[in-house]
Amino acid sequence: MTTVADDAHPELEDVASFRARAQAWIRENLKPVDQHPGEVAEFRTDQAELAEVARQRAVQRLLFDAGFAGIVVPRKYGGAGLTPAHARVFNEEIVGYDYPYMIQVANFSPSMAVILEFGTEEQKLQHVPAILSGDELFATFLSEPSGGSDAAGARTTAVRDGDEWVLNGSKIWSSFAWWRDWGLCLTRTNWDVEKHRGLTVFMVPIRWPGVELHRIEMANGPGHFCQEFFTDVHIPDANRIGAVDGGWSVGVRWMFYERSRESSPYITWWATGGGMAGMLGQGDLVRLARRSGRIHDPMARDLIGEVRADALVAEQTATRIVQGIRTGDLNDQAAALIRLQRGVNSTRQASVAFELAAGAAVTWDEADEILGQQGLEFLTRQSSQIGGGTTEMARNVISERVLGMPRERAGDKDIAYRDVPKGPAAGR
Amino acid sequence: MELQLAAEQEMFAGTTRKFLAQHMPVAELRAMRHDPAGFPPDYWRRGAELGWTSLLVSEEDGGGGISASPLSDLAIVAYEFGRHAAAGPLASSNVVAGALSRGGSPEQRSAILPGLLAGQLMATWCLAEPRPDDAFGTVTAQAAALADGVCLSGVKAPVEGAAQAAQFLVTARSGDGLTQLLVPADAPGVTMTPMRSIDLTRRFAAVRFDDVRLPRSAVLGEVGRAGSAVDWQLRVAVALTLAEMVGTMDRAFEMTVQWAFDRYSFGRPLASYQELKHRFADMKLWLEASHAISDGAVRAVAEGAPNAWELLSAGKAYVGCHGIELLQDCVQIHGGIGVTFDHDMHLYLRRLTLGSRLYGSVAEHRERLTASLEAQVEEESADDDRR
Repeated sequence: MTTVADDAHPELEDVASFRARAQAWIRENLKPVDQHPGEVAEFRTDQAELAEVARQRAVQRLLFDAGFAGIVVPRKYGGAGLTPAHARVFNEEIVGYDYPYMIQVANFSPSMAVILEFGTEEQKLQHVPAILSGDELFATFLSEPSGGSDAAGARTTAVRDGDEWVLNGSKIWSSFAWWRDWGLCLTRTNWDVEKHRGLTVFMVPIRWPGVELHRIEMANGPGHFCQEFFTDVHIPDANRIGAVDGGWSVGVRWMFYERSRESSPYITWWATGGGMAGMLGQGDLVRLARRSGRIHDPMARDLIGEVRADALVAEQTATRIVQGIRTGDLNDQAAALIRLQRGVNSTRQASVAFELAAGAAVTWDEADEILGQQGLEFLTRQSSQIGGGTTEMARNVISERVLGMPRERAGDKDIAYRDVPKGPAAGR
Repeated sequence: MELQLAAEQEMFAGTTRKFLAQHMPVAELRAMRHDPAGFPPDYWRRGAELGWTSLLVSEEDGGGGISASPLSDLAIVAYEFGRHAAAGPLASSNVVAGALSRGGSPEQRSAILPGLLAGQLMATWCLAEPRPDDAFGTVTAQAAALADGVCLSGVKAPVEGAAQAAQFLVTARSGDGLTQLLVPADAPGVTMTPMRSIDLTRRFAAVRFDDVRLPRSAVLGEVGRAGSAVDWQLRVAVALTLAEMVGTMDRAFEMTVQWAFDRYSFGRPLASYQELKHRFADMKLWLEASHAISDGAVRAVAEGAPNAWELLSAGKAYVGCHGIELLQDCVQIHGGIGVTFDHDMHLYLRRLTLGSRLYGSVAEHRERLTASLEAQVEEESADDDRR
């Protein structure tokens, strides 16, 4: 088969031979697993988690050395210089094998994707190969305690001081930041212009003077979320991504990658059957109902069937929407439909699991730990409709940007951000 | 419907769309309310000329698809039927045509197919049975093999288009296996009782077979060995029903979005109220998801994919639930006018409600999904034991 060759792709490998090569390498080097490794919902000790991260960094290094890291990333930045079609093929071939799933989201996309799109040549040469080899892991510092969904309302402030910037403020809901190395951080650099015009993005080293990191305990126990406090943190101007006060154009793409999640070509993820961390595997509801003795109860069976239908429908829906966006039949904003569907399905699944676990979801003995977990998961059922932009935001995006309905009234347009009403909760 | 159709499918869809808009506009469906057939005499024949009955029939039998996937072509027609709440037994007559072309003897094919293809003769499938044997896929009607033929007894209901049909394809039981019989509507022992239906134009009847004596030549395929043919027929019928249901959702949603922009209250359009915008967002999700699962199921059936039944059941369970919620919410957003006979909304609500119960209810398809998941879990634990 002949392939298109040009200066950028002097020897672009055709997809079929790439598939064969990937398949052979994966079989040779990665461990086969029964279910997606991220679906094994378990609470690890910190020590075990750090060991697991170290292991996944090492596997990432193997991928990097074999030329399978950053499949769509140009070669000069350490990638394979191939196309999204190759990346999809790799995601198909990796199904059934263990891989560094914990370092995908936030790290390769949005962070690396944003650096590739907005970084200087020096920044790309310095950070992209380091990210691809597993040496540098990025977290995203976007949300703030003053407001999660209104990302452009950032109040963490960066003030210029010669060749440096001085950061003060706080970021929250950064996943796994406690074992990552860098944070991509959206800051306010100008309070005297309209909200979206005074923002700038920086790369912030996490272990750095003035950065204090707290881990957030969730209602159901330890979790992966962190909060960072910045007190006179000095960052060189060389760490700035994009133009001063031009951070929102970076932020728009950042959030696009965030919504795309594992559909992003920068992310390696099982093409089929790989739920996000915390989601139950498809057979798990059957196992739960057996465990609780409800498997023959018609109502329990109806609930299991409902969740199964939702999961099969969601797979087809994501394919339709991702393809539709690619071909231009749907606009970019239609990705919000996938976000809404995931959120709604996941809360429904948590409710069903809670129902199937019966009484053991609220009082359980050691033997029924798996049933008791469903009660604890139920407590944070709404997380999937909150994190990564609430489903209310998704519904606004769908109605306004997809269906063209009138925008909500905003109190932050055409005035300096300094003068935008911030309410009695401000500063808390 | 797929976001991108092949050029020839696009043209094909356009022809049916135009024909339905001209010859069976939604407003005229009301005039057919008491018509015994539910459509004017030459409507079906003209539809047949557009390809409504020939897509699942092989080229050597005089049929043929538009694209490489004839079932997808037919699903496009079903989708347009949904968008127009159109009259006519689309699924049941195509199931018979396809089953004959796939498994009929040369005599059976030449006797029935030309009339079916031309739209001059109608035939329908008799599968479902009345209470207490009304669970999806239950067959108790008996086809007993005799020395010189077969004796059929049992009741089938609902049977679509029974009053117009000259031929019935009857699925019956012979011991452990299934048998399919081609029964002329005027055969001695066949009686038909019209039923009432929630849909304005789709007609159903109960058909009773009292010791109907049939020659061996009436058997489609072999006695007791029709299981896989029946399974194919069911897959096709569910796929077409799904596509039609999605068509009704699509049209109802489109009408209601337009209404939300046009209707003002308190000096602003309904579309400006966040409460309604959020409901539209949910409905848009249900609609896109329904398109996706329906198209995925149609493709899986067309390709003979091993997960075809899972996708069909997921579709029927999902669309049967969320499609109806979408329609009822469209009624709600229209306000008082939405519950009147003059408004078109109930035509779509009727069609979708009918579809949600034909070929398996939401509950029945959920149960199928659970059973198949259980089987997968069994298989996994068996694998684990072997390791």
